[in-house]
Amino acid sequence: MDRRATFWFIYLPPLLWLSLFFVLPVLLMAAFSFRPDMRGDLLKLWVPTLAQYASVAETGSYWRLLGISALTALGIGISAVVLAYPLAYFLALRAGRRAGLYLVLLLIPFWTSYLMRVMAWKILLGTEGVLNSFLIYLGIIQEPLTALLYNRTAVILTLIYVWVPFAALPILAALQRVDTSLFEAAADLGARPLRQFTRITLPLSLPGVFAAFFMVFIPTIGEYVTPLLVGGSRGFLYGNIIQDFFTKAANWPLGSALSMIMLLATMVLVVLATRLVDWRQLFE
Amino acid sequence: MNASRGSLPLSIYYFGLITLLYLPIALLFLFSVNSSAFLSFPIKHLTLDWYRKLFDAEPVLRSARSSLLVALGSSFAATLLGTMVAILMLRYKFRGQNLLIALAVLPLIVPYVVLGVALLLLFSVLHIDRSLWTVGIAHTVVSLPYTLLIIASRLAGFDPSIEEAAMDLGADYPTTLRRVVLPLILPAMVSAWLTAFTVSFDEFALALFLAGTQPTFPVYLFSQLRFANRLPIMIALAVLLMIGTLIMVFLAERIRRREA
Repeated sequence: MDRRATFWFIYLPPLLWLSLFFVLPVLLMAAFSFRPDMRGDLLKLWVPTLAQYASVAETGSYWRLLGISALTALGIGISAVVLAYPLAYFLALRAGRRAGLYLVLLLIPFWTSYLMRVMAWKILLGTEGVLNSFLIYLGIIQEPLTALLYNRTAVILTLIYVWVPFAALPILAALQRVDTSLFEAAADLGARPLRQFTRITLPLSLPGVFAAFFMVFIPTIGEYVTPLLVGGSRGFLYGNIIQDFFTKAANWPLGSALSMIMLLATMVLVVLATRLVDWRQLFE
Repeated sequence: MNASRGSLPLSIYYFGLITLLYLPIALLFLFSVNSSAFLSFPIKHLTLDWYRKLFDAEPVLRSARSSLLVALGSSFAATLLGTMVAILMLRYKFRGQNLLIALAVLPLIVPYVVLGVALLLLFSVLHIDRSLWTVGIAHTVVSLPYTLLIIASRLAGFDPSIEEAAMDLGADYPTTLRRVVLPLILPAMVSAWLTAFTVSFDEFALALFLAGTQPTFPVYLFSQLRFANRLPIMIALAVLLMIGTLIMVFLAERIRRREA
C-alpha cells in the first residue's frame, strides 16, 4: 500500500466522523431554526420561514438575557484575569525552585469533579449549610442567611472561583517568556519596581492576558450548568433558555433559532480573539 | 535579581487562594465520613458507613460504571481520530486540509449547550434512541481538539526525513507509520488518551441532553441532588472517583514530562 492509499485510510474516518456528528447536527439545527413549528414528523419537509427569528427579535427578554450573559461573561473574564495575574506572576517570577510544585497544587482542584465542587459550595452556603449552622451555633445570627444562594451573584462568584486557576495558565506561559535580563537592564537604568512592572512585565505579558480572558469568556457565555446548580431561576443565563426550549418547553424551532444566535455571537467573538491574540506564539 | 523582594504578599495571596480552592474538597471528605446526612456544626461523630453502604447502592455504582464505559470508549475513539488528523496535518498536503483541521479544533469553541441540542436534534431525526453511545459520540467530538493538539505538537518535533529513510530502506508507508511514526508519538497518544478520558468522565453539560435511561455519574448525581439523605453515599463515591481522576492526571503529566 502506498502513501496515497494510506491517505484515504486515515482521511476518511475523521472526515466522516466530523461530518456526521459535528457538521450535520449544526446544519440540521440551522434548518430547524427556519421551521414554522413542531407539528408533524421531525423529518417532514417544511417551508423555510423567518418566524422564529422574528419572534426572538420581538421578545425583549431574550435579548436582555443575551446581553446579561455577555456582560456577565465579560465581568467574569476580567475578574478571573485580574485575580489570576498575581498568581501567574508569583509562579513565574517569585516562586523559584518550588514553582512546579505550586503549579500542580493550583491545578489539582481543576481536575476534580466540577459538579462536586459546586455542590460543596452549596453545602457550605445553603440555608441548612455549614456556614449558617456554624453562625447560628456561635449565636451570631438567629435566622439562616438566604441571600447566599440562588441568584446571579452566586453564579458569578462560582464561575470566577472555577476559572481563576485556569486563567493563570496562559498568563504564566507569557510571563515565562519574558527575558529576565530586561529587569536587570531596567534596574541599571534606575527604573523602580513599579515602573519595571508597568513598562516591561505588563506589556510583555499582555498576549497571555488576552488569551486568558478569551479562554474564560467564550465558554462562560454558553454556560447553563452553573445557573442550574446555584443560580435558581433568578440566576438564569442565555444558555438556560436554550436548554428549556429543548427540554421542558419542547419548542425546538425556537430553541434552534436562539442556539444559532448564540453560535454566531460566539464565532464573531472568536474571530475577534484571533485578531487580538497570536495563539501560535503563546503555545509553542 | 532578588527573588524574595516583594514576594511575601504574593505568596500569602497564593496560599490564600489555595485554601479557598481546597476548602470544598476538604468539606466533601468531611461530609463523606460524617455520621449524619446533614453536615452541620458541631460534627457528632465520624464513620466509614457511607463507604460501606456505597457498595450496596446499585444505581449509584451503575452510573459510575456507565461513566467509565463512556470515558473509555470516547477517549479511545478520540485518540485514534486525533492521531489520524495529526498525521494528515503534518505529513500530507491536500486540498481541504485547513478545513479538516479547523473542523477538528472547532468543538473547542462551540458552546456545549449548542452542540448538545444540535446532537439531540440529529439523533431524534435519525430515530436513534439516546443511550451511552450518544453521550460517547458527543464526548468524542469535544475530546478530539485536545487529542489532536497533544499528538500534533509531539509529531511536529520529529523530522519527516526519519520516515523517508525508512521508506528508502524499502518499507512501505503503512509499515513506516506502524514501525517508525507510531512508536515515536506513542507517549503523546497515551497522554492524549488520558486527557480525553478525564474530559469525558466528568462531563455533564452534553450528557444531560444525550443520556437516555442509563445516566452517567454526573447526570445521576444531578438527578439525586434534591434528596439530601442520599447525598453522603454519592459524595463518598465522588471522593473515590476524585482520587482515581487525580491518579490518572498525574500519570498523564508524568508521561508527557518524561518524553518531552
